[in-house]
Amino acid sequence: MILLLLKILVFPGILFLVVLSMIGEYFDRKVYAKMQNRMGPPWFQPVADFIKLLAKELIIPKNADRKIFKALPLVACSSVIIAYLYIPLWRKESIMSFNGDIIFVLYMLTIPTLTYSLAGWYSRSQYALIGSMRVLTQLFSYEVPLFMAVLAPTILASSWSFTEVINFYNAGGSLWLVNFIAFAVAIVTLQGKLEKVPFDIPEAETEIVAGSFTEYTGPLFAYFRLAMNMQTIAGASLVAAVFLPFGYGSFFIFNFIIYIIKVTFIIFLLAVIRTIFARLRTDQMLSFCWKYLAPIALVQILINVIIKAAVLK
Amino acid sequence: MSKKLGKMLAETISSLFKKPATSSYPFEKREIHKHYNGKVAYIKEKCVGCNMCVRNCPAKAIFITKIADKQFEATLHLDRCIFCSQCVISCKFGALKNTNEFELATGDKSKLVVKL
Amino acid sequence: MSKKVVIPIGPQHPALKEPASFDVTLKGERVADILVKVGYNHRGIEKACEERTFLQSVYLVERVCGICSHSHSTCFIQAIEELANLKIPPRAAYIRSLIGELERIHSHLLWLGVAAHEIGFDTLLMYSWRDREIVMDLLALLTGNRVNYAVNVIGGVRKDVSEEEKDQILKAVDILEERTKYYVQVATEEVTLIERLSKVGYISHEDALKYGAVGPTGRASGIKRDIRKDDPYAAYGEVDFEVITDDHCDVYGRAVVRVKELMQSYSIIRQLLKKLPQGPLSVVAPRLIPAGEAVSRYEAPRGEDIHFVKSNGTDKPERVKLRAPTLANVQSVAKMLEDGYLADVPIVIAAIDPCFSCTDRMIVAVNNVSTAKEDRMDWKTLREFSIDWYKKNRGVDFTKLKKLDK
Repeated sequence: MILLLLKILVFPGILFLVVLSMIGEYFDRKVYAKMQNRMGPPWFQPVADFIKLLAKELIIPKNADRKIFKALPLVACSSVIIAYLYIPLWRKESIMSFNGDIIFVLYMLTIPTLTYSLAGWYSRSQYALIGSMRVLTQLFSYEVPLFMAVLAPTILASSWSFTEVINFYNAGGSLWLVNFIAFAVAIVTLQGKLEKVPFDIPEAETEIVAGSFTEYTGPLFAYFRLAMNMQTIAGASLVAAVFLPFGYGSFFIFNFIIYIIKVTFIIFLLAVIRTIFARLRTDQMLSFCWKYLAPIALVQILINVIIKAAVLK
Repeated sequence: MSKKLGKMLAETISSLFKKPATSSYPFEKREIHKHYNGKVAYIKEKCVGCNMCVRNCPAKAIFITKIADKQFEATLHLDRCIFCSQCVISCKFGALKNTNEFELATGDKSKLVVKL
Repeated sequence: MSKKVVIPIGPQHPALKEPASFDVTLKGERVADILVKVGYNHRGIEKACEERTFLQSVYLVERVCGICSHSHSTCFIQAIEELANLKIPPRAAYIRSLIGELERIHSHLLWLGVAAHEIGFDTLLMYSWRDREIVMDLLALLTGNRVNYAVNVIGGVRKDVSEEEKDQILKAVDILEERTKYYVQVATEEVTLIERLSKVGYISHEDALKYGAVGPTGRASGIKRDIRKDDPYAAYGEVDFEVITDDHCDVYGRAVVRVKELMQSYSIIRQLLKKLPQGPLSVVAPRLIPAGEAVSRYEAPRGEDIHFVKSNGTDKPERVKLRAPTLANVQSVAKMLEDGYLADVPIVIAAIDPCFSCTDRMIVAVNNVSTAKEDRMDWKTLREFSIDWYKKNRGVDFTKLKKLDK
C-alpha cells in the first residue's frame, strides 16, 4: 500500500510527471528555436516561468464565478495525472491497469479541454467567450479522428486494454508497422489536442489575446500551463504505447531509456509540425479534419479489419 | 501556384545544425563600427563659446557654460539627446566629435545629465 | 449563435503594433460591422514644427515614423528646397534615392515578418527579420544610425558613400536577392500560407479607386500608380524599373506585390551604384526660407506621402501638414472586412501595412464649431488652453508640475 502510494506520488507518478513535463517543454522550445536559427531558452526556463507565475498577484474579475474559476486548473491537472497513471511506460502493466483502459485514458485526456472551455465561459469576458467557443469547435473536429486512429491498432489485438495490446504486438514481430497511417493521423490530431500551431486557433495570441485564459493570472495560469505541459507528455506516452510497442522487456534501465527516446522523438515531431505551418482558421480546420483526417483514419481501420479477417484467423 | 505542404521543412531542419543568428548579449557583444552615432565627445580647448550647437539642437539637449575667460564646459542631457549629430556639424571649430558609445542606459535619472 | 457581440480590437491589443481602435461587431465568427477610430498616437508634431527652425524641424519630421523616417524627411526637405529654389547636386539625389530604396527593403522585410506573425507563422518572422538585420547593419554603416538616419540636410546630404561601402552594399544586395527568391517560393507554394491569405480582405478595383487606396494596397487591386514613375523626384527619373501590379485584389496579392517590389529595389540599387556621379554633396542653404507654399510627394514604402509646407519668410515654418499613406488606406479596411471572419481581422489590418504614428495628424477643435470665426492659437496659448481644459473637465491640477528647466 505504501509502495503504491509512493509510486503514485513520486515515481513514476506525479513528481516524475511534473519533472518530465518541464524537460519536455524545454526540449520543445529549444528545438523550435534552433529550427528558426536562434538560441533558445536555457534549461531552467520552464521552472523559472512556473515559479514566476506563482509569485504574481491573483486577480479575479468581478463578474466571474469565483469557486469554479479557482477549481478549474485543479481539475485539469488532476485529470491529466490520472490519465498518466494508467499508461504503461516501460513495463507492460501501468501502476494501475484494468480491462478497457485505453478508452479510459482517452476520455480522461478530453477533460482538460473541457476545462479550458469552461474557464473561458466562466470568465464572462468577450475574448474568453470567443476562445471557449473555439475550443469546443476544435474539440468536435479532432476528437473523432483521434479516437479512430488510436483505436485502429486495437482492432488487430482484439482488446481495449493496454497490456493485451502490447503483448499482442510484442508477440507478432513487426506487425506494428501496419499502423503507420494511424500513427501519422494520431500525431496530427495530438497537435490539435495540445492546441499548438497549426491548430492553435483557440489560443490565437494575435486575435483574441489569450483566448479562454485571458482573465487567468498568476498561480491559476501557472497550473493551467502545467496541465498543458503534462498533457503533452501524457499524449506522447499514449501514442508511444499504442504505436511503438517495443522496449517492454525485463531490464529496467534499458526500457527506461527507450521510453525517454520514444517520448523525445514524438515531441520532436510535434515541434517540427509547429515550426513549418501557419495557423488554420476555424472553418479551414473543421474542413481539414473532417474531409481529410477522418477518412484517412477510416482507411486505416479498414486495412486493419481486412488484415484481421484475412490473415489472423 | 503549385501547392506544397511544409515548404520550409528543408530550411528549418538544416538550421538545426547551423550556428544561431542570435547571440547572448550582454555576455557576447558584437562589434559596432566606429562611425555609429553615439554619445558626443567634447574637446574643450577648441570651443570658443559661439553657442551654434546650442541654437541648432532640435531637442535642447546641450548647453555650454562659461567657467572662466575663454574656458567653457558642456553639459549634455542624455534623456533629451536624439543622437542626430547636428551639434557636431554645426561646430565650425571641431570641438565636438562623434563616438560610438551607445550603452548609456542607467537606472538613476540624475546620472543622465553629464558633463562632457 | 446569432447574438451580436462587440469585440474591441485595440487600442491595446497584441495584434496591433500601434494603438488604433477597431470595434468589431460579431455574429458568430463573422464580422457584421466594424468601427475604425484612429488618433491615439497624436503627438502634435505639426504644431511643434511651428516653434522650431527649419533645420530643427527636419529632425522632428523624421521622427514621425520609425520605419519610413527617410521618406518623411526627404519629402519635407524637397518642399523646403522648392520654396528656397535650391537645386541639389546630382550625387546628393542619388544618395537620397539609395537610402530610400534601402529603407523600402527593410520596411517590406519587416512587413513580411509581421504578416507572418499575425497568421501564426513565427518561423517566417524569424527568418525574414534575420535577413533584415543585413539591411540594418548596412544602413548603420552608411549613415550611423539603424533608424532615423539623419542623412538629409537642406540642400543635399551630409554623408558620402565610399568605394568600399559600395562593395559592401553590392554584396549585401546579392545575399538578400537570394533570400528573397526563397521567400517568393515560400509565399507561392506553402499551402497553409496560401489558405490564410487568399480571398481574404478582398476589395475590387473600382472600390479601391473609390476609397482611395494607395501604395501596395492599391497596386494589388490593379491600380497602376507609383509616384516614382508618375512624378519622378531625386534620381528616379534616371533609373529603369517596373511598377508592380497584381490582379488578386486580396491579401495574397498585396504580399506578392511587396515581395516583387523587393526584387525591383535590388535592381534599382545596382543601377544607382553603377551610375553614381561624382560631385559635391550639398549646396549652401539660406537660414531664412522665402515666403510661399509648396507641396511635395514621395513614394514611401506604404504608399504616397504628401507634405505641405507654408513659409512666411522667417526661419520657422508657418504651417506644416503631412498626409501619410496609411490615412488613405485605413478607409478601405471596413470595406475589406465586410462579411469576413474574425480570424481575418488582424491579417487584413496588417496587410495595409498600418503605421498609425504616421496617420494621426488631425487636430479637431470641437469647441468652436458653432462660431464661424476662425480661431488660431500659437504654442503658448494652446498649452494654457489645455491646462485650463483639464482642470475644468477632468479635475487635474498641473500647477504641481515641476517646470522644465536647464
